[in-house]
Amino acid sequence: MHSKASLGLKITATCGLLFLHLPILLIFVYAFTTEDKSYQWPPPGFTLEWFGVTWNRPDVWEALGLSLRVAAISTVIAMVLGTLCAAAVARFKFFGRETISLLVILPIALPGIITGISLRSAFNIADIPFSFWTIVLGHATFCIVVVYNNAVARFRRTSGSLVEASMDLGATYFQTLRFVIMPNIATALLAGGMLAFALSFDEVIVTTFTAGQQQTLPIWMLEELVRPRQRPVTNVVALLVVLVTFIPILAAYYLTRGTETVAGQGK
Amino acid sequence: MDARPDQVASNNRILRQSALESMTPAVSLRSVSRHFGQVRAVDAVNLDIAEGEFFALLGPSGSGKTTCLRLIAGFEQPTSGAVVIFGEDATRVPPYRRPVNTVFQDYALFPHLNILDNVAYGLMVRGEKKAARHQAAEEALSLVALGGFAGRKPSELSGGQRQRVALARALVLKPKVLLLDEPLGALDLKLREQMQSELKALQRRLGITFIFVTHDQGEALSMADRVAVFDRGHIQQIGAPQDVYDRPETPFVADFVGSSNVLPSNMVEQLAGQSVPASLRPEQIRLTDTDGKLIGNVIGSAFLGAANRIELDVGGVRLSVLLPKTAAVPDLGSLVNLTWDDGALHVMRGEHV
Repeated sequence: MHSKASLGLKITATCGLLFLHLPILLIFVYAFTTEDKSYQWPPPGFTLEWFGVTWNRPDVWEALGLSLRVAAISTVIAMVLGTLCAAAVARFKFFGRETISLLVILPIALPGIITGISLRSAFNIADIPFSFWTIVLGHATFCIVVVYNNAVARFRRTSGSLVEASMDLGATYFQTLRFVIMPNIATALLAGGMLAFALSFDEVIVTTFTAGQQQTLPIWMLEELVRPRQRPVTNVVALLVVLVTFIPILAAYYLTRGTETVAGQGK
Repeated sequence: MDARPDQVASNNRILRQSALESMTPAVSLRSVSRHFGQVRAVDAVNLDIAEGEFFALLGPSGSGKTTCLRLIAGFEQPTSGAVVIFGEDATRVPPYRRPVNTVFQDYALFPHLNILDNVAYGLMVRGEKKAARHQAAEEALSLVALGGFAGRKPSELSGGQRQRVALARALVLKPKVLLLDEPLGALDLKLREQMQSELKALQRRLGITFIFVTHDQGEALSMADRVAVFDRGHIQQIGAPQDVYDRPETPFVADFVGSSNVLPSNMVEQLAGQSVPASLRPEQIRLTDTDGKLIGNVIGSAFLGAANRIELDVGGVRLSVLLPKTAAVPDLGSLVNLTWDDGALHVMRGEHV
């Protein structure tokens, strides 16, 4: 099946990849530039100064802290609710099962702006003041989807008779959860959780609608770009964001890879 | 189809007698029903299984036999009726507190545990020490001739080996009743025959009650001491393999278990004066030159190796006849006279197929 790619195809593919990734590289380069008013190319010189400046900026720390807390709590909520929902949909037949499955996935299919507006008006109607928790709630809507999708796929591939076998052998519900279900879905949950964390960490649109005065890191960056001072600080933060989101996604990929030998499927 | 009831018949009788002597049945279903919405998967079933019996629940798919097994295991709750295990009402007892263990059709081995820990699982959740449970698991594995496989993962085993692991995992807990759901269904023919005799030997050695579900009448008849034949949620007949085979009580049993000819009641009325259906075994029908009890038109024939089978049309009723190899096979389309010994015609309950 592996035939050699033609020269034209190779060139086109290379150009496409460069087009996609060069701008990202550019962001990294500007984190080291000596010029702080405008993005000048080529950079007049390189320095590590901005890392120090970033380190001493309390607003960066505040935004980073908020983003990490929001991401962590949204992920925890998503992991609990997403897993339970996946277990129900994968294991039981009940009235409205397909509808629930669709409703859970909907937030990720809907444009973020719709989710944002609807949440904002809902908060208004219910007279809920914007706070840390409204951001978390907004993020949880799409974080649940990622966890749910990962978990439901694993539940479907894990034979239902494993649970029955465990109970048959004398394990209580809790023991079955601990010794059979958790080991079989752990990697899927971890992967889903990491993806959810990464999604929440760099979310802008829904956050814009559900945040009050607080600034999460992406929102802070957006604000910072229009200000003309210490621009490379934004780039240093961008570098940080890439690391924080990329590492979990990579880890999630490695965790769910190589699980083709599926739990309880083989005879 | 190739039931060999004779070889187990004598053994059966001894076991049945001892079964009658012990007063408390191992498992007892008392007018148990399990309905799924409109579907009556199991409908008012009464069943007593004696201690030490090798009992088969036989029937086509959807007949309720597997639901019955799951009711005994505790995975299903009866819609009405009671499940009694060793004299104690187990209807509301969860599966993990019943003295029964199950060998699942897909074996359900835990993929994340090795073979030893799979077998030791039941002891682990009971809180047995590691050394003790591993030793017991090793013993159970050697019981099923899998001594050297302790460190492997289930995915590294063949179907037959996985089945032995599932067996060891259930037996290590020393259950009073072992439930087997289509235990041989996923194995190839050669392995299936081997496992049949191994299971039988194992059951005799351990002396515990085996209840197994199968749709294969040959398997049920050759392995079981007694068979319950299921159809559409009802038990059609309970009896020793020989009884069920030779004296089917309903047309369904005659057809499903014995592959016997079922004569409709109007035909039986002409032959025997009773307006009930009757069973007539294909090997008991002979072709004769004169004085036939019935006349049939030959519409097909097949060479079976040890015998020839011919298909006949008798006034709209299809009959099959097994002819010894020595007998001449009549031509297609010819008319033949049929006869049989008195007593070969076995009248049944009125219910029709």
